[in-house]
Amino acid sequence: MTAFLILLRRELALAWGKGGGPLLALSFYAGVVTLLPLAAGRGPERLAVIAPGVAWLALALAALLSLERLFERDFEDGALDLLALGPASLEAVAVAKCLAQWLASGAPLALAAPLAALALGADPKIIPLLVLCGLAGGLAFAFLGGLGASLALGSRRGGLLVAVIVLPLYVPPVIFGAGALDALAGGLAWTGGLYLLLGYCAAAVALSPLAMAAACRNALD
Amino acid sequence: MDARHPLHVFDFLTNPERFMAFSRWAAPMFGVIAAVLAAIGLALTFAAPEDYQQGDTVRMMFIHVPAASLSMFVYLCLGIASFLSLVFRHALADAAAQACAPLGAAFTALALATGSLWGKPMWGTWWVWDARLTSVLVLLLFYLGYLALRGALEDEQKGARAAAILALIGLVNLPIVKFSVEWWNSLHQGSSTLFAKPGNGLPAVYAWPMLVMSLAYLAAFGSLWLVRIRALVWRRKSRALALRLAEN
Repeated sequence: MTAFLILLRRELALAWGKGGGPLLALSFYAGVVTLLPLAAGRGPERLAVIAPGVAWLALALAALLSLERLFERDFEDGALDLLALGPASLEAVAVAKCLAQWLASGAPLALAAPLAALALGADPKIIPLLVLCGLAGGLAFAFLGGLGASLALGSRRGGLLVAVIVLPLYVPPVIFGAGALDALAGGLAWTGGLYLLLGYCAAAVALSPLAMAAACRNALD
Repeated sequence: MDARHPLHVFDFLTNPERFMAFSRWAAPMFGVIAAVLAAIGLALTFAAPEDYQQGDTVRMMFIHVPAASLSMFVYLCLGIASFLSLVFRHALADAAAQACAPLGAAFTALALATGSLWGKPMWGTWWVWDARLTSVLVLLLFYLGYLALRGALEDEQKGARAAAILALIGLVNLPIVKFSVEWWNSLHQGSSTLFAKPGNGLPAVYAWPMLVMSLAYLAAFGSLWLVRIRALVWRRKSRALALRLAEN
C-alpha cells in the first residue's frame, strides 16, 4: 500500500507539473465550449437544448488530452522497466497513473462543467447530476484512456492513435451520461442512465488495469 | 473418449504445413462454392416477387442482411483468433486475426452502404441515428482502431499482441455498445431470420434467397480469409529467408 501511495504521489506530481494538469485541461475545455456557439449559432433557445450534451461531450474530448504521455514518457526513459521490477505490480502502477490522470484533469473538469453548461443556457437543475456524471464518467474516461495509451506504447504515433483506439470505448459512457442528463432536463426518470454509467465506470476501473499491465509487459518484453 | 477440447477436429490446422496443404485446395474450393451460390442466390433474388409495401427494393435485403451478419461474425472470428494467439502464442492464429480484420471492416462498410441505399427509398433518409445503425458504425470504428494499432507498431510481434489485447477488449465491449445504443433509441426492425419473434419471420419466397445468399457470403469470406492467411504465411517465410540470406 505504501508503495502504491508513493507511486500515486509521483504520478500526481508529474501530472500537475510543467504546465500540464488542470490548467491545461481547463483551457482546452473552455476553448471547445467557446467554439461551439460560434459554430452552432448563438440563439439562446437553440443552445439551451444542446447545452448539457455539449458540456458532457467536451469532458470526454478533454480526457483524451495528455493520454499519449501517460505511459510513453516512462517507457522512453526506462522508468517503466524499473517500475515493473519494483514492489508494486504493474496493475497497481496502471491504477496509480490513471487515478493521477483523473485527479489532475478529470475531477477539476467535472467541477468546471457546470459553468460551461450555465454559460450555454442549460437548466440549473441539471448541475448536481452533471458534476456527478463528470466525476464518475471522468474516472471511466481516464481508465479507458490509459488502456489506449498502454496499447499504443512504442508506436511513436502519439495522441491520434490513442484517440482512434479509445473513442469507440467511450460510446457507452457518453450515451449513459447524456441519457441521464437529457432525461432530467426533460423531466423524465433519469436514475437508470446514472446507474448504468456508474456500473460501466466500476467495470472499467476494475478490469482495465489487467489489460494495461498486459500491454505494458508486452511493450517491455 | 479423449479428453481434448471439443474443437479438436480442427487441430490438424494448427500445424502450418498441414494448414498450407489444406488451404491450398480449400481456398479455391470455397471461392467456387461462393460463386455458384451467389449466382443461384441472385437468380432467386430477381425471381422473388415484389413486396407489397417495399416493391422492388426488397431485393436489397439479400445483399444487405448477409453483409450485416458477417460484419459481426467476422469480429467473433477476430476475437477467437486473437485469444488463441495471445494464450498459445500461435503464429497461425495471429495470421488468422490479421487476415480477417480488413475483411470484417469491408463487410461492415458494405452493410452500412447497402443499408443506407435501402434506407433512402424506404425510410426517406440515407442515415438515422438509430440503435442498429449506430452500433454497426461503432463496430466499424472498432475494426479501424484495430487496423490502426496493428499498422502503427513497428515491432511485428509486439504489434500483434497489443492488437490482440485490443480485439479482446472490443469483444467484451461490443455487447455493451449494442445494449447502450438500443437503450438509447431504436427504429430498425427486429430480427426476421434466425432470432425472429413468432410472426416476424420471413415467408419462404424470401427465406430461400436469403439463405443461399448468406451461405454465398460465408463461403466468400472463408475463401478470402484462407487466401489472406496463406499470403501472410508466405510473406513471413520470405522475410525469414531474406534474413537468413543476409546473415550468411
